[in-house]
Amino acid sequence: MLAFIVRRMIQAAIVLLTVALIAFVMFRFVGDPVNQIVGIETTAADRAEMRETLGLNDPVIIQFGRFVGRMARFDFGMSYQFRQPVSELFAERLPATLELAVISMVLAVGVGIPMGVFSALYRDSLSAKLMQVLSLVGISLPTFLIGILLIYVFSVQLGWLPSYGRGETVTIGGWSTGLLTGSGLLALIMPSVTLGLFQMTLIMRLVRAEMMEVLRTDYIKFAHARGLPDRVVHFGHALKNTLVPVITVVGLELGSVIAFAIITETVFQWPGMGLLFLQAVQNADIPIMAGYLMLIGVLFVIINLAVDLLYAAVDPRIKTTASAG
Amino acid sequence: MTPDTPSQNTTKAGFMARLRDHDMTASFLSSKVTVGAAIVTVLLMAGALLAPLLVASDPFDPTTVFIMDSHLPPFWIDGADPRFVLGTDDQGRDLLAAILYGLRVSLSISILGVLFATILGVGLGLVAGYVGGTVDAFIMRVADVQLTFPVILVALLIDGMVHGALKGVGQEDTAFGVLVFSITLSFWVKYARVVRGSTLVERNKDYVHAARLVGLPSFIIMLRHVLPNVLGPVLVILTINFGLAIIAEATLSFLGVGLPPTEPSLGTLIRIGQQFLFSGEWWIVLFPGLTLAALVLAVNLLGDWLRDALNPKLR
Repeated sequence: MLAFIVRRMIQAAIVLLTVALIAFVMFRFVGDPVNQIVGIETTAADRAEMRETLGLNDPVIIQFGRFVGRMARFDFGMSYQFRQPVSELFAERLPATLELAVISMVLAVGVGIPMGVFSALYRDSLSAKLMQVLSLVGISLPTFLIGILLIYVFSVQLGWLPSYGRGETVTIGGWSTGLLTGSGLLALIMPSVTLGLFQMTLIMRLVRAEMMEVLRTDYIKFAHARGLPDRVVHFGHALKNTLVPVITVVGLELGSVIAFAIITETVFQWPGMGLLFLQAVQNADIPIMAGYLMLIGVLFVIINLAVDLLYAAVDPRIKTTASAG
Repeated sequence: MTPDTPSQNTTKAGFMARLRDHDMTASFLSSKVTVGAAIVTVLLMAGALLAPLLVASDPFDPTTVFIMDSHLPPFWIDGADPRFVLGTDDQGRDLLAAILYGLRVSLSISILGVLFATILGVGLGLVAGYVGGTVDAFIMRVADVQLTFPVILVALLIDGMVHGALKGVGQEDTAFGVLVFSITLSFWVKYARVVRGSTLVERNKDYVHAARLVGLPSFIIMLRHVLPNVLGPVLVILTINFGLAIIAEATLSFLGVGLPPTEPSLGTLIRIGQQFLFSGEWWIVLFPGLTLAALVLAVNLLGDWLRDALNPKLR
């Protein structure tokens, strides 16, 4: 088990180093960093001096080393457009995105799994068939279109929900949360539904497919034969055995949720990381892009690692092959 | 694709035989949903292709657009103008014409992007699988790292980098190329992995050994002998990627990093239309949105069918 963890850690480090290399190349070679920092009236001598102090004349490999060192300390440099450290901007925006992502994922799991179980158990019922059709539509509709449709129905037509922003937020120890105010919660509904819908349909289809497979197996028939109540058989025996693929998908999808948050945040003008990143892309604000890339890279690597470890914990078969290999 | 197409030469036999065995035509006609999806796809593509013939004037030619015609509703609502069946947008452009021209742009970008991605991915997969060693390890590690990130994020990053590198050049001139480039670089990975896998198997078969003994150069063996035998799954990935590429292009344009309003794709039209939602002019966003949804759904349904019809190996 230890060897397995160590090997995964080394792989993770390699991936992160590659991501850092891409971020470095972006930072160093897309446009001239000096030109981005100074104004037009700066003299050539000042520029040369700045090159020297920034270390842009050193060998590229040393520059890369320094870059990785700074990244490790969460020092992503100054944003070109805001003239403010990127890490500060991230700290301001991160709570909004994380709240949105976690709530949508909870929603996706909390609704997707029961729906999947239901449509597997009663697969011939009308509502199960309806769910299948709806899930196909849900997978095909682009995220931003769902958001726009929701805004039209619930904000423009019915006037029930706010169409943009986070509502009122409360700051607790540097973390601004919208979960504790009424308007904050109302503002969270549509963005989290929009963001979670794709994952919800995905989880539902996956659970349904896995459940139908498991329900055919002998140990389920045996459990029924033993006279156990349906509830115990379905949730205790069957659902538990569908969880390995579900954990993988949920884990990997958490990453996509953060990426798709860019779209959702744009539709609802949600003041999170995604909106910040999008502005950076539009204005070629490389420090923010590089920092965002690093942050997402770290996040993905951690998620993948956690999924692998959880795997081993849930399914004993994986543990044995891992330690044997 | 009739079921009894004779195989023209022996190297194509694998793929053609599979087509014949599955009796694609019969399986296609037996599913009403698939036929419907195919009809929708063909109609939309024909509409995009024939746009200049179907509508009276180019909606983006400023000499034929009049601001007096702006904000007109579709034909069944009072105040509509019979000249504009689906109404007009904020500048008086005919929405139907705008959608057809937008469809044209969206489809050309997705088709070109997916085509280049297919060539790149299949090529790299072939080389990785056939040559092996360091080349293989390098290509596959790059693929692994890229696969960690969602496609839309990769496309956004590439887009941002290209804009950074091309600073000073107008968005209008570069947008089309940048989008195709982003889609190409984001979508090649799946092909490369699948083709590499099948190439590893094919490489050790007798016909490849025979070709090598005859003294054919590697690239001829790869292109003429191995390639036709690994193309089956590529077709399936191609349809799936086509649907995804349409969404990717629309999303990038919607986010404002894609095509500018002067040369809009469906995504750009939706972005423009979103602003008018609050003044009750829902048609400006709804019709482009519906067109996009119909297109993606139809392409996805075709992809589903194709995956089932051609050996479900990929699942």
